[in-house]
Amino acid sequence: MDTPRAQRGRLERHPVLAIGRDARPVRFSWEGRPLEARPGEVISSALIAAGVDVFGRHAKDRTPQGLFCANGQCAQCLVLADGIPVKACMTSVTTGMQVRPVVGLPALPEGGDAETGPVAVREVDVLVIGAGPAGLAAAAELGAAGVTVLVVDDKAVAGGKLVLQTHKFFGSREHTSAGTRGIDIATELSAVIAEQSTVELWLETTAVGVFSDRRIGVVRNGRYTLIAPAAVLVATGARERQLPFPGHTLPGVYGAGALQTLLNRDQVAPCTRLIVIGGGNVGLIAAYHALQAGIEVAGVVEVRPSVGGYQVHADKLRRLGVPVYLRHTVLAAHGVDRVEAVTIAQVGAGGAAIPGSANTLAADAVLVAVGLAPLDELARQAEECGMDVYVAGDAHAIAEASAAIYSGKIAARRILATRTPDAVSVPAEWEDELARLAAGPGPVGPAPLPPAGLDRYPVLRCTQEIPCNPCASVCKRGAIELVGDPLRGLPRFTGDCTGCAKCVAICPGLAITLVDRTGDPERPIVTVPFEMDAALVEAGTEVLACDGDGAPLGRFPVVAVRRRTWQDRTALIDIEATRATGDAIAGIRVRDPHDLRLVEARPVGSTPEDVVVCRCERVTAGEVRAAIGSGVRDLNEMKGMLRVCMGACGGRSCAEHITRLFHEEGVGAADVIAPTTRPLFTEVPLAVFAAGSRSP
Amino acid sequence: MTGYDVAIIGAGSVGLPAAHFLAAAGLRIAVFDPLPSPGRGENRAAIGGVRATHSEPAKAALCLDSIEVFATWRERYGDDLEWRRGGYLFVAYREEDEAALRAVIAAQQAMGLGIAWVGPSEVADLAPGIVADELRGGSYSPGDGSASPLAAAHAFRIRAERSGARFHFGEPVVAIDVRCGRVHGVTTPHGSYPAPIVVNAAGAAARTVGRMAGLDLAVAPDAHEAAITAPVSRFLEPMVVDLRPGPGSKNCYFYQSATGQILFCLTPDPPITGTDRRATSSFLPAVAQRLVAVLPRLRHLQVRRTWRGLYPATPDGSPLIGWAGPAGSFVAVGMCGQGFMLGPGVARLVVRTLTGHPATGDAEILDELAPDRAFESAEVLT
Repeated sequence: MDTPRAQRGRLERHPVLAIGRDARPVRFSWEGRPLEARPGEVISSALIAAGVDVFGRHAKDRTPQGLFCANGQCAQCLVLADGIPVKACMTSVTTGMQVRPVVGLPALPEGGDAETGPVAVREVDVLVIGAGPAGLAAAAELGAAGVTVLVVDDKAVAGGKLVLQTHKFFGSREHTSAGTRGIDIATELSAVIAEQSTVELWLETTAVGVFSDRRIGVVRNGRYTLIAPAAVLVATGARERQLPFPGHTLPGVYGAGALQTLLNRDQVAPCTRLIVIGGGNVGLIAAYHALQAGIEVAGVVEVRPSVGGYQVHADKLRRLGVPVYLRHTVLAAHGVDRVEAVTIAQVGAGGAAIPGSANTLAADAVLVAVGLAPLDELARQAEECGMDVYVAGDAHAIAEASAAIYSGKIAARRILATRTPDAVSVPAEWEDELARLAAGPGPVGPAPLPPAGLDRYPVLRCTQEIPCNPCASVCKRGAIELVGDPLRGLPRFTGDCTGCAKCVAICPGLAITLVDRTGDPERPIVTVPFEMDAALVEAGTEVLACDGDGAPLGRFPVVAVRRRTWQDRTALIDIEATRATGDAIAGIRVRDPHDLRLVEARPVGSTPEDVVVCRCERVTAGEVRAAIGSGVRDLNEMKGMLRVCMGACGGRSCAEHITRLFHEEGVGAADVIAPTTRPLFTEVPLAVFAAGSRSP
Repeated sequence: MTGYDVAIIGAGSVGLPAAHFLAAAGLRIAVFDPLPSPGRGENRAAIGGVRATHSEPAKAALCLDSIEVFATWRERYGDDLEWRRGGYLFVAYREEDEAALRAVIAAQQAMGLGIAWVGPSEVADLAPGIVADELRGGSYSPGDGSASPLAAAHAFRIRAERSGARFHFGEPVVAIDVRCGRVHGVTTPHGSYPAPIVVNAAGAAARTVGRMAGLDLAVAPDAHEAAITAPVSRFLEPMVVDLRPGPGSKNCYFYQSATGQILFCLTPDPPITGTDRRATSSFLPAVAQRLVAVLPRLRHLQVRRTWRGLYPATPDGSPLIGWAGPAGSFVAVGMCGQGFMLGPGVARLVVRTLTGHPATGDAEILDELAPDRAFESAEVLT
């Protein structure tokens, strides 16, 4: 097995994404050093592509800061662009831009004139905030009914997190484009609303505040506009939960969204060896995306005894050679100015690390994917302002994108029902579909036995009820059926197989192989799906094949690599197996799971009391515990004591950690008073308010 | 329970320091507030400016005392209230503003306050980048400053508790027990608390609380908005006040706090009465236009948060402080948006008055701020 050396910097190839190559790079400088960005690229990605991780040093303790959320929320990536402090993840590089680190507090630039102008008020029937799966699906439904809709989204392309998803989606083939890659679902949904004359889409437009006069302020290309909608649909998605551990503020610790943005949007690899914390779908999928980008994934760490995400996602990783460390946790990330190693340990029944079980692994990045929470602050404030508010997608309830699409459609119908007396109400089957799509995975059962007496058949390694039916939909012979529920039931092969391998290529879980024993009975051909770098598997070479659990079965020759358009970038690898291994081969290893790269155990460097729980203001767990011990129960009071919740993120990160600390200190959630939230949702230059709807 | 010596209604800008100083004086104190923690009413809506340079002697005297408290708190108690003696700078771009300022300066100097007229170049030194065109100069009072209302509220509460004060948060006073012409304590949904003295320090709710003692206090809230930015390194020391009117507003003011953040406000004209504390869409554009018109470099600041607070206003812009109504009923209300800067000074006046140890000048202050006074003169510069 020849693993290409993982490389930091711009991706040179990708099994799914077309690599962007721009003839004319944008020249800029970092601390006077000339660098190049791709046209339109944000500063953070251009810097990371050039190997720059430390963007500045925190004013309080001079600890290094760099990219963290990549979503304009956290302000950890602050840099000076031509003297002006900006968030590197939200600011595009321009020609000749001089970028410098922010060390301590930035200086306020001098001089110049400021434009002033009036603020335009835009009236609209429905304002949809967020052009992800829920927002786009809702807009399409409203547009079809002729309602005037304005959709705003802070990103440069529509699709929300779909545009970061290179994998094929689950769900229903008929209703939610299951079997299609997230990036392509985004394009399909955008195309629908582009056709609708009453739907307008404002990209790079951030909703910044909800006000008592029922207006929502948005910033679009530096211009401020107040939207006065009759109804507002909040489809703002989710925020990533965080996990404070020693070293978690080091550059190189990312949320899943940040890593996916770097890899799949900007095509920049920030690391070579990654450890993923969290075995939910987000972590498992992000690990897979990292592998696709050529990053070595040294392991997925999950504190529970089983993964929380779909079993097929975990199995994909295991087969590729990524160990999934169940009942493990992260103890620390080590490094001076960026992550250099990570210590993980086994946890006991009580959830505490088992002494002596710690291992320190070399790694230059940690991905934290410990769950999502609805980003519903805007909805709550809109309700407080007496607006007609609807919430859809993850902002309503965390679920898969397919569920978000349905949730958006249903919310749109609810809005329509309030406007037209005889409007079509929400079809009952939509609610059923949403419930099916939104329900979590079922228990994992045993793998079904391959069919007896046939010489050509698919092996279905789908052992857990999840909402997914592409295999059954795609089979021309109708030889695959879902047992029980038509969307969530386990697939069963009955009847005869033409060997077309459509089911192998479309299965989002990569859980189907095709065994063909029609040739030499001693050398059956096994067709395996493969979505990694093409250079890893070539016809005429041997691969290390493994079984469904990732256990190695031996090296086998590859007789063909098929890459047809209909396969949609899932390669089909024909492996010449043996009589005994034909049914067992499930995947191809691309890395050695035993390559732990253990390094010398390092002192963790800080105690749990030293762990920073408020990133913005660098407040430690110990300080928060002391405040709780002194009798504080109101987070608004804690603000005054410690400055928690007063930073750029507005408490979106720390409030959750502090709530956990209350729990650990024996204070129930009912006794804790949440911090008051006020506009703005994100920081906005004063110049934008001054210039109004005029270009500043 | 044997009861308390004093029941304070309101754990805000006035009630908190009052609790601290009364408890430190050895009195048994209970503080009642419907909100769950200190300063959750209008205290935390204050931006933190503290000046003694008022035009009325009573307010000037009380705020001088407050400054002494803020400035010495750290060395006395160890808490950081983020006090900074950055001064106040009222700038004049119009002849009438210069005339008004010069008149006030004369009166303030007569009161012994540290304030003087400064020319345009000194103004430019104090507020680097200020628009020089038509700048006539300004009044500068270097002894004034700022502190953090949040930090102060917490510190006052902690010190008060250490001196034995009891805080009853989440416990609104629903009745003041008045019998035979004197107060006997307060009642909340949790019970009755005997106390021979009840201090109304209820801020925006002063009038409602006053009625419980049979008083009709001339306090009506009006709303003001404020905002705060991300921090930048120190570039500005004083609170800058621009007296020119703008659309829908009178003056506009801003300063850089100890944390490096810029806080700013404007004074709505006409006043927005009522108790709605939600932010409006008109404030940020209006204030931003005014700020960049006086200091254009402010445009690079990142606005972080905006909020609205209530000014418990009186007809003449001065507080109502003193015994009022039944025996044992004391009011310290109507701070007109200056509760934070007046609070410690008012608190020490309350201690002296309640314990019967008045200082020189207290009688004049109490006379000037008498709750039953006739409201004749309005403050020159609010």
